[in-house]
Amino acid sequence: MLNIFKIALRNLTRYKRRTFLTASLITVGVVFVLVFIAVTGSFKHMMVGQITDSFVGHIQIHKKGYLASIDNLPLTMNLTPGALKKVEKAIHETAGIEAYSKRIKFGGMFSNFVETTNIRLNGVNPEDEAKTVPLLFSRIKEGDKTIRKGEILVPELIAKGMKVKVGDMVVVIATNKDGSVNGKQFKIGGIIESATGPGGRDGYMHIKDAMEVLRMEKMDVSEIALRLSDFSTLHDVHGKIKGNLSTTLNKAGKPAFEVHTWEKLSPFFNIARMIDVMTFFIKIMLIAIVLVSIMNVMIMAVYERIREIGTIAAIGTMPEKILSMFLLEGFCLGVFGVLTGVILNSGVLYILNRVGLTFDFGRQKGLILSPTIDLSDIWVISAIVIVVSVVASLQPAYKASKMEPIDALRHV
Amino acid sequence: MSLVTAKNVSKTYRTGNIKIEALKGLSFEIEPASFVSFVGPSGSGKTTILNLIGCLDKPTHGTLTIGDTDISHLNRRMAASFRGENIGFIFQDFNLLPVLTVFENVEYPLLMVQNVPSDERKKRVMDLLDAVGMIEQKDKYPDQLSGGQKQRVAVARALVTEPKLILADEPTANLDHKTAYRVIDIMKKMKDEFGTTFIFSTHDQKIVGEVEVIYILEDGELADRQVKGG
Ligand SMILES: Nc1ncnc2c1ncn2[C@@H]1O[C@H](COP(=O)(O)OP(=O)(O)OP(=O)(O)O)[C@@H](O)[C@H]1O
Ligand SMILES: [Mg+2]
Repeated sequence: MLNIFKIALRNLTRYKRRTFLTASLITVGVVFVLVFIAVTGSFKHMMVGQITDSFVGHIQIHKKGYLASIDNLPLTMNLTPGALKKVEKAIHETAGIEAYSKRIKFGGMFSNFVETTNIRLNGVNPEDEAKTVPLLFSRIKEGDKTIRKGEILVPELIAKGMKVKVGDMVVVIATNKDGSVNGKQFKIGGIIESATGPGGRDGYMHIKDAMEVLRMEKMDVSEIALRLSDFSTLHDVHGKIKGNLSTTLNKAGKPAFEVHTWEKLSPFFNIARMIDVMTFFIKIMLIAIVLVSIMNVMIMAVYERIREIGTIAAIGTMPEKILSMFLLEGFCLGVFGVLTGVILNSGVLYILNRVGLTFDFGRQKGLILSPTIDLSDIWVISAIVIVVSVVASLQPAYKASKMEPIDALRHV
Repeated sequence: MSLVTAKNVSKTYRTGNIKIEALKGLSFEIEPASFVSFVGPSGSGKTTILNLIGCLDKPTHGTLTIGDTDISHLNRRMAASFRGENIGFIFQDFNLLPVLTVFENVEYPLLMVQNVPSDERKKRVMDLLDAVGMIEQKDKYPDQLSGGQKQRVAVARALVTEPKLILADEPTANLDHKTAYRVIDIMKKMKDEFGTTFIFSTHDQKIVGEVEVIYILEDGELADRQVKGG
C-alpha cells in the first residue's frame, strides 16, 4: 500500500505544472467555500444573537392564537393570572431555562402635548427583562440604563419625530380591555435605539405602570419570553416546555398555550434559511469543480501512461493494484488541494478578522463580523472534496485496470 | 521434460470481416535453460508467438503448456498471476517506469507482484544490479540512462523474480552494435548462472549468432529449426 502511495505521489510530481494547476483549482474552491461558510455563519450568528438578545428572547409563550393577531396587540388574548401560574410552574419544571420575563404588550397614543402619535409599548419588570434579553439596556442611547417607575423608554424614531428628549414629560393614552380609555403622564427615562426586525420600534415601561395605564387589577401578561442557558438546546427545551404545557387545554379541547422559538418570531430566520440554501449550492459547485478537474487530469494520466500500464500489467501486477494506484493518485491530489485550501482559509480568516469586516443592517451601523469556521465544517468540506476526488478517479482508474497488456503495449 | 510445449498452435486475428492467420499450426518444444530465438521477416508471426508463450494472448487453436500448466485457457487474473510468478519480460523499448529509480524498477516485481520481504528484496536487487553492472547507477532515474544501460536494468528486472522463462521481443533493436553485444552477453551469463530460459524474437544477426536454437518463421509457419553447437 505504501509503495502504491509512493508511486502515486511520484506520478503527481512528474507533471508538476498540471498537478499544481488542478490542486490550486481545488484549493481556490475550498477556500471560497470555507470563507463563505465562515462569513455567512458569523453573520447569521451575530444576527440571531442581536435579535434574540435585544428583544425577542429565545422562546416565547403566549395564549393560543396570540401570535396570529399580534399586529393588533390584543389585550383580550392575554394570559389570566391562573394561566400565568401554570406557565410559570412549567417553566420552573423545565431544565435549561436561565431566565424569563413577563411582558404586557399594548398599543397606545403618545403625546408631547402638541402632537400625538401611535406607539407600541411593553410593560416589563426591568430585572427580569435584562436577564432575558441582555442587550436591551445597551440599546439605550440616552438616559440611564434601566426602567424606573413613572418613566418611559421611547424608541429613537418616535423621539425624533416628536422632538422629545430625556426628562421631557409626555402622556400615554391607551384603551383597556373593556374599551375605556385611560391616560398617564410619564417622564422620558431614555431613548432606545432600534434593533433589527419587528419589535425594534417598541417603547418600554415598568410593568406596574402598564397595569395602571390599562387599569388592570391583576396582572394579565401578553407574553413570556425565555432565555436558555445554552442556545444550542433550543429545540430540545422548546419541545420539553411545549410538552409540559400541552396538558392544559382550553375550552375547545386544544392546548391553551402556544410556544414558539425565535425562528417563528423573526423574519430573519428566513434569511438564515436562504443563506443555508446558498451554502448548499456553493458546496454543489465545489463538488462539480473537483469532479471535473480531477476526472480531467486522471483521464489524461491514464491516456499518457497506457504503455506503462501495459508494462506493469504484463509483469503481473494485479488489476486491483493498478486500480488503486490511480485512485490513490486522485486521492492525493484531493488531499493536496484540501490541505492548502484549509491553510489558506485560516490565513484569509485571520486577515478578515484583523481588518474587521463591518456591515450595516437596517438602522444598525458598523456591526463587526468575526468570521470563524467550525472544525466540523472543515472536516465535512475536506471529506466531500477527498471523496469526490476518489470518485472522479474511479472511471479512469477502472479503465486502466481493465486494459489488456498486449493492447496497451502496442499503443504508441 | 521440456519447458515450453506447443502443439498445433494457431492464431487468427479478426478485424471486422478480415481474418489474418498470423500463426498456422505451430508445434515445438523448448528445453529448460536454453537460449532460443524466433527469426523471420516482418509479419511472420514472431511477436504473436511470443505473446502466446507469455500468456498475454490466447491461441485460437492448439495447446500451449509451460512446465505443467496449460496456458491456453487461463483467464485474465490467472494469466496475470502466472506471468508474475513464472515469466520475465524484456521489451524492445525497455519500458522502465520513469517515476522509479533504477533500484526501484528492479525491485518493482518483488514488491508489487510477489511480496518478497524487504531484506531479501534488497539483497536480490543488489545482486542483480551487480551482475548487470548497474549498481553505481542504482539511484538514477531511467531518463538519466543510456539505451544500453536501460536495457541492462530491464534484464535485471526480468530476472529478479527468478522466473523459469524470459521473453524478449527484439531486445536489441534499439541498441547500437557494441551495446547490443554487451546486453546479449549479460543475458547469456544470466542464463548460465540462473538456468533461465531466454526466448527472443529478432532479425538481429548478433542474437542469431549467439543463440543455441533458432526457429525460423515464414508467413506464420515454422520453416526450419536450427540447433547450433549441439
Ligand atoms: N492485433 C492484431 N490484429 C490484427 N492483426 C495482427 C495483430 N497483431 C499482429 N497481426 C498480424 O499478424 C501477423 C503477424 O504479426 P507479428 O506482429 O507477429 O509479426 P512479427 O513477426 O512480430 O513482425 P515484426 O518483425 O514486424 O515485428 C501480421 O500480418 C500482423 O499484421
Ligand atoms: Mg514483432
